[in-house]
Amino acid sequence: MRTAFVSQLIKEAEQHPDIFLIIGDLGFNVVEEFAKKFPDRFLNAGIAEQNMIGVAAGLAKEGYNVYVYSIANFPTLRCIEQIRYDVCYHNLSVKIVAVGAGYAYGSLGSSHHATEEMGMMRTIPDLVVASPGDPIEAKAITTLSANYQGPMYLRLGKAGEKQVHTTSFDNMMIGDIVALKQGSTGRSALLATGSILHYANEFISEKGIDTSLYSVPFIKPLNKQQIKELAQKHNNIIVLEEHQKSAGLGSAIIEQVSDMYASGEISVFPKIKRVAIDDCFYHLSGSQAFLRKNAGLVLHENMFE
Amino acid sequence: MITDSIVLANAIRKHSVRMVYRAGASHIGGAMSMADILGVLYSSELRYKPDNPQWDNRDRFILSKGHSCVALYSALALCDFYPIEHLDDYGKEGSFFLSHTSHYIPGVEVSSGSLGHGLSMAVGMALAGKIKKKDYRTYVLVGDGEMNEGSNWEAMLLATQKGLNNLCLIIDYNKLQGYGRTSEVLPLEPLSAKVQSFGWNCITIDGHNHDDIKRALAEAKQTTGKSTAIVANTVKGKGVSYMEDELLWHYRSPNEQEYNQAIKELEL
Ligand SMILES: Cc1ncc(C[n+]2csc(CCOP(=O)(O)OP(=O)(O)O)c2C)c(N)n1
Repeated sequence: MRTAFVSQLIKEAEQHPDIFLIIGDLGFNVVEEFAKKFPDRFLNAGIAEQNMIGVAAGLAKEGYNVYVYSIANFPTLRCIEQIRYDVCYHNLSVKIVAVGAGYAYGSLGSSHHATEEMGMMRTIPDLVVASPGDPIEAKAITTLSANYQGPMYLRLGKAGEKQVHTTSFDNMMIGDIVALKQGSTGRSALLATGSILHYANEFISEKGIDTSLYSVPFIKPLNKQQIKELAQKHNNIIVLEEHQKSAGLGSAIIEQVSDMYASGEISVFPKIKRVAIDDCFYHLSGSQAFLRKNAGLVLHENMFE
Repeated sequence: MITDSIVLANAIRKHSVRMVYRAGASHIGGAMSMADILGVLYSSELRYKPDNPQWDNRDRFILSKGHSCVALYSALALCDFYPIEHLDDYGKEGSFFLSHTSHYIPGVEVSSGSLGHGLSMAVGMALAGKIKKKDYRTYVLVGDGEMNEGSNWEAMLLATQKGLNNLCLIIDYNKLQGYGRTSEVLPLEPLSAKVQSFGWNCITIDGHNHDDIKRALAEAKQTTGKSTAIVANTVKGKGVSYMEDELLWHYRSPNEQEYNQAIKELEL
C-alpha cells in the first residue's frame, strides 16, 4: 500500500504545486523518487515527530498541502496534541500518513503495532480518518486527499497487500462505504476496514457464505445515510477491523445505529458483532497473520447465522 | 559468564549477525556499533545477578535504541540470564524475542522501540534510587539519531535539576540514522558542548576502544552533583567490512554468502 500511495502522490504532486512531503527519518527505498523530483517540497524532519507535525502545520498555514509520512504510532500517538491543536483546531491541510496499520509490523512488537490510534484519531473534530482496504483504495484516497483542503489521517498497510477491488475508482467521496458483494437474503452484512478486508473477502468466498460484504475506507465521517440503509436492510452486522474493539470502526457503527434508534430514525436495532482486539497488548513475536489469529481477528461461519 | 570484555564483545557481534541472518531481520548496523559498549558493561561494569534479574541492588541498564536488541539479547545470554540456545527463537512465531527490546526477557529492564523514551525512564529510575538512598547506578544507551527527539533534552534538564550523578547516558554516535547521515539530517554538533551546556559532565571517547570505555565509566562514577554523558564515537556495522558505515545495513538482512563472510571476518 505504501508504494500505491507514494507513486500516486508523485503523480498528484506533478499536478498540484502545493503538495509537500515530510518524512520522519524513514522511507528508505520508498520516497527517493519524490525527493529527487521535488527537492523543494521534500523534507526529512529527523526523529522528532512532535516538531514534525508542528512544522507541517506551519507549512500548511502558508498554503502547502503537507503529507507527513512515518510508521504506525510515531506520526499519530507520539504527537497527538500537535495533531489536535496545531493541525485540526486550525483546520489546516496536513495529511498524516502512517504505514503499518494493525499488526503489519508483526514481530517488531508493541511499539510498532498501530492498534489504538484509529480510535484516538476519530475523536478529534474535523479530522477525516481514512483506512483503505487495498492498494486500489489507497490510490483513490491519495487522489482525494490531494484535492481536499483540511486535515486527514491515512492509515495504510505496509507492503504487498493483495488487491480486493478489480477496477479502480473514478470518484471516491469522503465517507463512502463500498459494496463488494450482495448477499441473496439481505440478512447479514460483513463490514471490514483496512487490509484485513482481503481476509474477509477470501473467507466468505471459500466458505461460500451468503452475505453482503462492504469495505469501509473511512472511519470518520461515516456516511449516515448508508449506515441507516445498512441497519434497515440487515439484522446481523459483523464488523472486522485490526484495531482495539474500544473506539474502533465497530464502536463507531454501534454509536451511529444507537443514535438513529434512539431518535426513531430506525425501528429495529440489528445485532452488531465486533471482531476486533479485545483490550490487550501482544508481546509475542510473529507475522501479521499469526498475531491476527492470536488476537482473535478471525471469522466463523456461525457468526453469519 | 565472560569477564573479558573483548571476548564478550566479539561473541555479541557473532550472535547478533547470526540472529538477524536466521530471522531475516533488519537493524544489524546499530547492533554492531554498540557491541563494544555492551561488552564492557556486561563483563565488568554492571552489577547484576543472572539468577535473580530483579535483584533490588542491580545496576539498571536501559537500551533505548530498541531496534538494536539482538546485541542486548546476545549479551544477556552470554552472561547466563538464559541459555544461549534461546537466541535461536529470535523472530520466530510465538517467541518472546521480539525484534525490539522486550521486558519479557530476563535481564531487560524496559521495552523500547519507539525512540526517545529510554532517557526519561532512566531519569525516573535514577531519581527513585536517590530518594530511596540506594546505591545502584542507571545506564541508558541511545542512538545519535535518537537524540533528535526533544524528550531527551527535556530529560537532561530534569536530571541536572536533580543532580543525578547516579545516571550515565551513553550516546552511540555512529553518524548514521534512518534516512541519512546524522550530520545532514539534523546535525548534532557541537554535541559535547551542547550536552555540557545542559549542565552535564560529558566525556568523548572512541566507542570501540575498551580502555576508553572503561575509563569513561570510571570517571562517571566519580562525578558528583551532575549526570554524565559519554559520547561514544562509533562506526555503524563495526566488525564486518561491507556493513561498516553503510546506511543499507540499517535495513538489509545478510544472505547466506554475506553471512558466511561476516562470520569469517569476525572470527579473525
Ligand atoms: C519515535 C520513533 N520514530 C521513528 C522510528 C523509526 N526508526 C527506527 S530506527 C531509526 C533510526 C535510528 O537512528 P539512531 O538512533 O542513530 O540508531 P542507530 O543508527 O544506532 O541504529 C528510526 C528513524 C522509531 N523507531 N521511533
